[in-house]
Amino acid sequence: MNQINQSGWKPGTPVAAQDGGDHPTVTGNKALMLEEALIFEIGGADTCGVDLAETQTDLPSRMGKFARKDEIGLPGLSEPETVRHYTRLSRQNYGIDLGFFPLGSCTMKHNPRLNEKVARMPGFLDVHPMQPANTVQGALGVIDELSHWLITLTGMNAVAMSPKAGAHGELCGILCIRAALEARGDARKVVLVPESAHGTNPATAAFAGYETEDIPANADGRVDLDALKARLGPDVAAVMITNPNTCGLFERDMKAISDAVHEAGGLVYCDGANFNAIMGRVRPGDLGVDAMHINLHKTFSTPHGGGGPGSGPVVLSEALAPFAPLPFVEKKSDGSLRIVEEENMEDQHASAFGRMTAFHGQMGMFTRALTYILSHGSDGLRQASGDAVLNANYVLRQLEDVLHAPYGASGPCMHEALFGDEGFADGFSTLDLAKGLIDEGFHPMTMYFPLVVHGAMLVEPTETESKDALDQFIMAMRSLAQRAKDGDEALLTAPHHAPRARLDEAQAARKPRLAWSEANGG
Amino acid sequence: MAVEKHMRQLSKKNLAAADAPFFIGAGAYRHHVPASVDHLIQRGEFLTAYTPYQPEIAQGTLQMLFEFQSQVARLYGCAVANASMYDGSTACWEAVAMAGRVTRKKRVVLSGALHPHYAQVVRTMAKFTEDEIAGADPSLTALPDDDGLIARIDDNTASVVVQYPDILGRIPDLQRIADAAHEKGAKLIVVNTEPVALGALEAPGNLGADIVVGEGQALGVGLQFGGPYLGLFAITDPKLVRQMPGRLCGETVDADGKRGFVLTLSTREQHIRREKATSNICTNSGLCALAFSIHMTLLGAKGITALAAENHRLACIAAERLARVPGVSVLNENFFNEFTLMLGTDARQIVRDLADRGVLGGVGLGKLFPDVDGLKSGLLVTVTETASLEDIESLASALEEVLP
Repeated sequence: MNQINQSGWKPGTPVAAQDGGDHPTVTGNKALMLEEALIFEIGGADTCGVDLAETQTDLPSRMGKFARKDEIGLPGLSEPETVRHYTRLSRQNYGIDLGFFPLGSCTMKHNPRLNEKVARMPGFLDVHPMQPANTVQGALGVIDELSHWLITLTGMNAVAMSPKAGAHGELCGILCIRAALEARGDARKVVLVPESAHGTNPATAAFAGYETEDIPANADGRVDLDALKARLGPDVAAVMITNPNTCGLFERDMKAISDAVHEAGGLVYCDGANFNAIMGRVRPGDLGVDAMHINLHKTFSTPHGGGGPGSGPVVLSEALAPFAPLPFVEKKSDGSLRIVEEENMEDQHASAFGRMTAFHGQMGMFTRALTYILSHGSDGLRQASGDAVLNANYVLRQLEDVLHAPYGASGPCMHEALFGDEGFADGFSTLDLAKGLIDEGFHPMTMYFPLVVHGAMLVEPTETESKDALDQFIMAMRSLAQRAKDGDEALLTAPHHAPRARLDEAQAARKPRLAWSEANGG
Repeated sequence: MAVEKHMRQLSKKNLAAADAPFFIGAGAYRHHVPASVDHLIQRGEFLTAYTPYQPEIAQGTLQMLFEFQSQVARLYGCAVANASMYDGSTACWEAVAMAGRVTRKKRVVLSGALHPHYAQVVRTMAKFTEDEIAGADPSLTALPDDDGLIARIDDNTASVVVQYPDILGRIPDLQRIADAAHEKGAKLIVVNTEPVALGALEAPGNLGADIVVGEGQALGVGLQFGGPYLGLFAITDPKLVRQMPGRLCGETVDADGKRGFVLTLSTREQHIRREKATSNICTNSGLCALAFSIHMTLLGAKGITALAAENHRLACIAAERLARVPGVSVLNENFFNEFTLMLGTDARQIVRDLADRGVLGGVGLGKLFPDVDGLKSGLLVTVTETASLEDIESLASALEEVLP
């Protein structure tokens, strides 16, 4: 990489001619791409973009001695300034709405706008989680209907709806497992996790008080069933398996794995991050899974929002259902719905392991996910998973002659295609190819994950993409693979056309500047 | 079209807050959200982006997160805030876990007037980490029982968790509690469920808090029947930043010398540290953080101060009016926009009776504290700028009708 220029130029200040690259502008703006300073640099303490009423009263303050004394130091912008600020910032972002976003394991599919419209209906947007149950029967109806779909699609017995995201759902599932084992007086200590697992899996198991051990993989990228069986014993509480796994392969031995784990007295957790590949085709319940979280923000099209909110309901087997956390929705004998929580849990729910969040879960995501499911119907969902898998296989087969495909010989992939960096010229890495992809107008694939493949590139096209879109991507990838093999130096400084060149992450970590301050001017 | 119709029918089976005199709070607050907030968060470049793993094409999200972190830090009077958690209750647990890592102690003292759902989340998680949780029932007193809380702090205490304002709407004396906690080597965790209150009340970070966490839903996000919400997390001592959970956005420069922003200190996180991570959190509440930040930018210091003042004025007017209803008294000596009425009868039934008259009148404390008999006649009433004087009158006259 070229020497980093440490000038620290900020929007709002003039660009020195020598720093402006080709055809410099003094503002740093480039026609439609406008630089934007921080709100702390453009806002004022006396500016306010909202009209506020001021009710007259003679009553004295009831805050006593606790009233705020110092300045809050928060800048305000007028409404037009605010709209411009965030509109300009938005244009420095890549989103699915702009183009192809093949981020493996993250399932960046189109977010239908009907979902957004429905989520904003006043009966969903403007209801409080503690309103009397008879004033929220429709909201409870959404939870009940979505629960029914999730249980049906997965072939499981129950679902805990409250977890706020995938990792939170994982935690919920593992805590159900621990509660179930403790209820039978079984203090097992070990959770087995494949090396290829998401980082959240070992982090979750460790949080729940378990030691984690790796499960070895066999040569074709799947769990080594014999090695797993050899490790099982009275100390193994659970195995956490991702299916399809993060190498993009279906774990064909899943039923045999589950049977072996159950026979040894353990339970099976399935990471459902990749459910989009099998939705409507395989029911995890039929494969012996005891708990699986579902990322509504992946499989069921709720928007990722630049990093959340997610939603991670957990489907549970008969063995785990009694341990699901509060609160949950239950149908009463008269057909109306109620929320079961501490107030009314009574004896039949005494084994619930506790509570994971203040309220009922991500209602705003439930309405979107239910809208998506109802719009597709069961046949549409089945087609979506089929198209997702077809698209991934097309990418795999169109690129395996120019990129190393470590499991290309293991049969068709599922919804994602995995490549490695073998064959790149010395000094060229997956990162360089990914940054080149930015210049070509694509969001890069997932890089360096799973850890089991050197320089891993995990491509998940989803069912959203047309053949034309895939062909464009394949053309760019073939070109970039060749440049990485040929040692094209320009790739080492890519991206050249993004709002920023490569950022100095080492400096950010060495001297963290995590909040704006007048002293350092940002 | 059929889907839309079906969903609309479900929506209509709910009583929306806008369609009733509305006085419910208890951890989720209804405020006016300016129209530009929802417009801007629906821009596809924000809505359909992912976690900013490729910073060159995610500066919009990253700069917004840097601004968000700075806003939260200032509102809380803290040095550093993270890029958000799932919600206030999970942020509260993460604060307890962080205090345990820093102090290497296992005992956690919860204020009795901490939101019981938050306390329940902490108790649930602590069962698995084997932390010892020392809780208490809330005192039914005009001021929070700070002395009782202080008396429970000992040398083994890792953290003291106190809500500000508390679940009954009262304002604890944070500085006193902080001094007592620090004397015993414990960290003070302050929980705030209503960020608008901090436009009027002193920031917890200026009153001795070590970790300040809370729910950010009140600004920008809306009620949404409980989620998605927005966990806020901040600390006063920047040296402890490597013990913080969740994502952090930091400033740096790019190869051309231009200022830019990246996710940083990720060696604390699960995708690098796996089983040794500070937290298993991955996705958080990016879009809710954006909504909060836009709303806060539209308000600025002037707006949040004025908004808080209006909330307090209306709450004072409501408290004075409701105290004139026969059989009703106000418990609180102090409050911000939420206070407890004592009704002399189970308030849960009164809440249902009020709803039958089209008034969403508050939360019966028996719903929050089913095991504490003395609290059953308490009604927690919340008054924000969305309540009109006519709404307050409607609540007062409906209460007069339904009280025995």
